[in-house]
Amino acid sequence: MRLAVAALSVTLSLAATAKETVRIAFVGPLTGGNSAIGLGGRNSADLAVRLRDADPKAKYHYELVVLDDECKPDAGVQMATKAGSDRTIVGGVTHYCSVVAMATVDTYHRFGLPAIVWGAVLPDITYANDFKEIHRVNGTMINQNEANAKLVTSQGYKKFAIIHDTTDYGKGHDKYFTQFLKQDGGEIVADFGVTADQQDFTAELTQIKALNPQVLYFGGLTPIGVRIRAQMDKLGLVAQFDGTSGIVNDDFIKALGPLAEGVLAFREGAPAERLPGGKKFLADYKEQGYANPPEAYGPFAYAAAVLLMDAIEKVGPDRKKIIQQLSPAHVKDVDSIVGKITFDEHGQNTVPVITRYVVQDGKWVPWEDSEYAGGKRKLVGR
Amino acid sequence: MSLSLLGQYVMNGAMLGMMYALVAVGFTLFFGVLDVIQFSHSDVLAAGAFAGLLAWAALTALGVASPLALLVAVLLAAVVATAVLGVLVGRYIVLPLKGAPQLNVLLATLMAGTVLRESIRLFYPGGSQPQMFPALLPTRGWDFGAFHLRIDNVILLAAGALMIAGTHLLITRTRLGLAIRAVAQDEETARTMGIDFRRVVLITFALGSALAAFAGVMDGLYYNEVFFGMGLLLGVIGFAAAVLGGLGNLYGAIVGGFLFAALQTIGAVALPFASAYKDVFAFGVVILLMAIRPTGLIGERASERV
Repeated sequence: MRLAVAALSVTLSLAATAKETVRIAFVGPLTGGNSAIGLGGRNSADLAVRLRDADPKAKYHYELVVLDDECKPDAGVQMATKAGSDRTIVGGVTHYCSVVAMATVDTYHRFGLPAIVWGAVLPDITYANDFKEIHRVNGTMINQNEANAKLVTSQGYKKFAIIHDTTDYGKGHDKYFTQFLKQDGGEIVADFGVTADQQDFTAELTQIKALNPQVLYFGGLTPIGVRIRAQMDKLGLVAQFDGTSGIVNDDFIKALGPLAEGVLAFREGAPAERLPGGKKFLADYKEQGYANPPEAYGPFAYAAAVLLMDAIEKVGPDRKKIIQQLSPAHVKDVDSIVGKITFDEHGQNTVPVITRYVVQDGKWVPWEDSEYAGGKRKLVGR
Repeated sequence: MSLSLLGQYVMNGAMLGMMYALVAVGFTLFFGVLDVIQFSHSDVLAAGAFAGLLAWAALTALGVASPLALLVAVLLAAVVATAVLGVLVGRYIVLPLKGAPQLNVLLATLMAGTVLRESIRLFYPGGSQPQMFPALLPTRGWDFGAFHLRIDNVILLAAGALMIAGTHLLITRTRLGLAIRAVAQDEETARTMGIDFRRVVLITFALGSALAAFAGVMDGLYYNEVFFGMGLLLGVIGFAAAVLGGLGNLYGAIVGGFLFAALQTIGAVALPFASAYKDVFAFGVVILLMAIRPTGLIGERASERV
């Protein structure tokens, strides 16, 4: 291991002397509550740079400038300004937290710095503006609900009821699920917005029960998700429970016990080992001996860094040309470790990985691996 | 709307109303004896539910499997924990502030409630997420069309009614009740008659809090889930119900509790707008009713407090 590192650094210094140095930025939460994911992302971007620098065919020598946005909008804007105003930095792999990514889009646009978001999931980051600088490799709740609607309708479900909380998160899920479900031919018999701290859902659920839907879609977070699932049982409401990324955690299962069995939910991204290039990524990652694991979004930071460096290889370290190179005309079905990447006019990857989960024996199991997909177990009413 | 569906709504509303009434009775008892608003009451309730849950976890870990034994243990743990908490709040927060403006007591107890609530979140393992509460009552049920009648709900409703009736009897038919009523009517005279004022106040705090414990366990058994913040809304609603009925009046608290539950159910079911507004509707009507009857629905007519 030590030999390998030594050998690598020798190669690096050799390469460094021969090639022009190009600087790219990584911005993510390196301190605070989300720092585990931030550090995993940084390591993964760093891995991409190290591997590229070890590649003799690379035209440039790359240097990663690491900046901490603390998952706070004000700190994020400061770091974005720092990266944007530093003319030696030609592009960025930017942000995990949606609030921060949302706050910084204007800054990147103002400085003309190409940025590729590696983790934030709010649709508005790419879709609420026409900034050519902003791109994103990971999916959003739009893709999540597209996958959701496709799976449930393919299971033959036709009648749906929706309960969502009235935060941006819940309302967004309600909007996109409704949109995709209608496209896929599902019918929505009831749609309730509820407050995020509501305790009693018996009134809503009694109304829903009278309408007799096959599926109850829930757009919201764990606490009220738990309540709704438990109270369905109290009222004898038999329907498939279909949730969003907000409930994919162990607490949901722990709080419900056996009632969690068979619950569906969807999340952007996938465990690294399940990604197309995940095995090699994990092996490379391990070889570098980083102190923290890559976490859920590490592979996306890696893919974003690779995409950025590929563009630089083609057109050189020029911000304007890089933005041109990251336009939909050029980024189409590009292979990456997270699967194909295709940008639309908003710079959003339109074919991101979404993992479909079902609770089986007290665990979130990817749909493909579950006994539900295999037909050994059945979803409600199938 | 079919009759069976109506039956289901009435049942849902009755369960909610019973819990609100139990909380409201506590508020009204405290106000009756001391003219104070004990705003940590609902967090004492949450603490009671978690104490019950802890007792359940401890006993199941020891291998106790009988639902009845577990239920008794859960109730006991909850009642004892809340009674102690209630007495502590009464003794160390409310009584020392007796001479101070009412506002100070309200603020002090509000803060004590926050301390309790946050303590549950921080110190109970995984306390920031909802916890599963065991189903200790028989869960069999019958379907009458859209109406799903469950045995456990019936038991909870009956037990709640018994608790309130018991409290009523205790206050109207026993020497202790007489003392409580005496203190409520006139502290000075009660003292000259040889009633230990301090003791009566603390017993009332224990009694009111124990009722909250029962409401907490009922909440847990009904929803099969408890949450550190479960007292927040229950407290506001329970207090609103007590005020609506007439603060200090036992019947008022009961009427207020059921009325509020009915308003919420109507808000969610019968009104043409989204159910997210049901609390807006219910509280709006409460404000209106308070404007019409400032002393509560039956506060004025019954001269006797508590």
